[in-house]
Amino acid sequence: MKFSLYDFSSFTAWIDSSLRASMSPGWAVAVEMILIGIAILIFYAIVGLFLVYAERKVCALMQNRLGPNRVGPGGVFQTIADLVKLLFVELVPIKNADRALFNLAPFIVIIASFMAIGAIPFAKGLQAIDLNIGVFYLIAISSMGVIGVLLAGWASNNKYSLIGAMRSGAQIVSYELSVGLALVTMVVLAGTMQLSEIIEGQRWGWFIFKGHIPAVIAFVIYIIAGTAETNRGPFDLAEAESELTAGYHTEYSGIKFAFFFLAEYMNMFIVAAIATTVFFGGWMPFHVYGWDGFNAVMDFVPPLIWFLVKTFFVIFLMMWLKWTFPRLRIDQLLTLEWKYLLPINIFNLLLMAFLVLTGLHW
Amino acid sequence: MEAKQIMFAIFALVIVVFSVLTVTSRRILRAAVSLLMVLIATAGLYFILNYQFMAAVQLTLYAGGIVVLIIFSILLTSQISHKFERIETKKAFFSALAAVAGAVVVITTILNHSFSADTAAAAEVDMNLIGRSLLETGPDGYVLPFEVISVLLVAAMIGAIVIAKKGSPHKDEPAK
Repeated sequence: MKFSLYDFSSFTAWIDSSLRASMSPGWAVAVEMILIGIAILIFYAIVGLFLVYAERKVCALMQNRLGPNRVGPGGVFQTIADLVKLLFVELVPIKNADRALFNLAPFIVIIASFMAIGAIPFAKGLQAIDLNIGVFYLIAISSMGVIGVLLAGWASNNKYSLIGAMRSGAQIVSYELSVGLALVTMVVLAGTMQLSEIIEGQRWGWFIFKGHIPAVIAFVIYIIAGTAETNRGPFDLAEAESELTAGYHTEYSGIKFAFFFLAEYMNMFIVAAIATTVFFGGWMPFHVYGWDGFNAVMDFVPPLIWFLVKTFFVIFLMMWLKWTFPRLRIDQLLTLEWKYLLPINIFNLLLMAFLVLTGLHW
Repeated sequence: MEAKQIMFAIFALVIVVFSVLTVTSRRILRAAVSLLMVLIATAGLYFILNYQFMAAVQLTLYAGGIVVLIIFSILLTSQISHKFERIETKKAFFSALAAVAGAVVVITTILNHSFSADTAAAAEVDMNLIGRSLLETGPDGYVLPFEVISVLLVAAMIGAIVIAKKGSPHKDEPAK
């Protein structure tokens, strides 16, 4: 077995071959799926905890405060303390609610984000499944989460929840288009939808540099629409606390609320990870063609670090966005999507196709 | 049994159970959720066949698009306490009879049809191939149906707008 931080494919191949040596292929696949599930679950929990902490710290920075600073050095254990508290909160049963759908809703939200993580390439060879239609699969899966939100709002039998769910539905259905079209623009440049090939295509320049003008436009649109799709501020109308108490998850408590909370942060991570993969080269280090010494230095940093640093940079951008802009009104939200982003996006797609056809991209 | 057969059995069971629940549930949103499960399990079948493109289309269009639309309209129109009345036994009997008759016809057709068995693993369908044949004008091309469907879609959109705009807006408006 050769474990290397630079290429995980030999490590995963070793796990696969040693499993296959001791059991039938069907069982080997089943055990691998369970292993991957556990690995992703642990990753999910760690990233969720870290992102909540990061959000509070970034928010504090924007508002010239200190943020959490009591539990542990710099308040790093604050989110763990919050989580423990959340686990002990009573699950309040709701009268006159549709109990089955009420309990199902958080799972739909969390499964949708869980399935998306499986397709994301974290490092070379560290990808649960490399689908032929990677980008399309991610778009398809991310459109499932809204169902959980809609069910949660309806099953709670609460007018605030219902209004929150309706707003969220209208918002996600509209902004899904922009996310999809921005990604399609980049697929035109990449010439493939397979995530591993998209990353391989960025060896000599990330797509945001390669596709210059239309790629930058697509990135800006993607970040705006991605923020809207995750129901984050300035697009957090679905849970606008001054109007709707907490929107669609008003009636949820304890671990069920934690599911929604965690899914929101994981969706942010997924949006950022897709942006990293499609625009910033995923785990691919920063290379300049011809500068061999420079490239060797860049290659020294493990791909996993590259991926995480880029992803957290995009997450920081999204947090920055949240804490600088005031919340939009619902009509402004829909105007922004249907009158501005969508036409710009379609024009941008044409521009990218023109660029690729005439060979004006680098 | 092979792993694929087990997966197929699970998906088939989900499809059958939730299909029945879709038509028998007395709460409309539960019926919609059952329909969602059926559609997702169908996408799972496409994944087993290694036809990933079709599976993703199934998930985006049916599960993510149409079911969301259905749930949305339920949210707008129905109340949580609302339950459908129990269906009359006579009606239920004849519906069940029609369904069973349909199933019998389909199953006998499938059993009598001689499928050319192929033990080769299902090949992955190349995305480029799908895109090319969708827009090709040659004998293998599907550009005509593609365009006809888009004309149909435009017609449906215009129809929806016309229905939504029913009546001249100037007549209904109170004088200012």
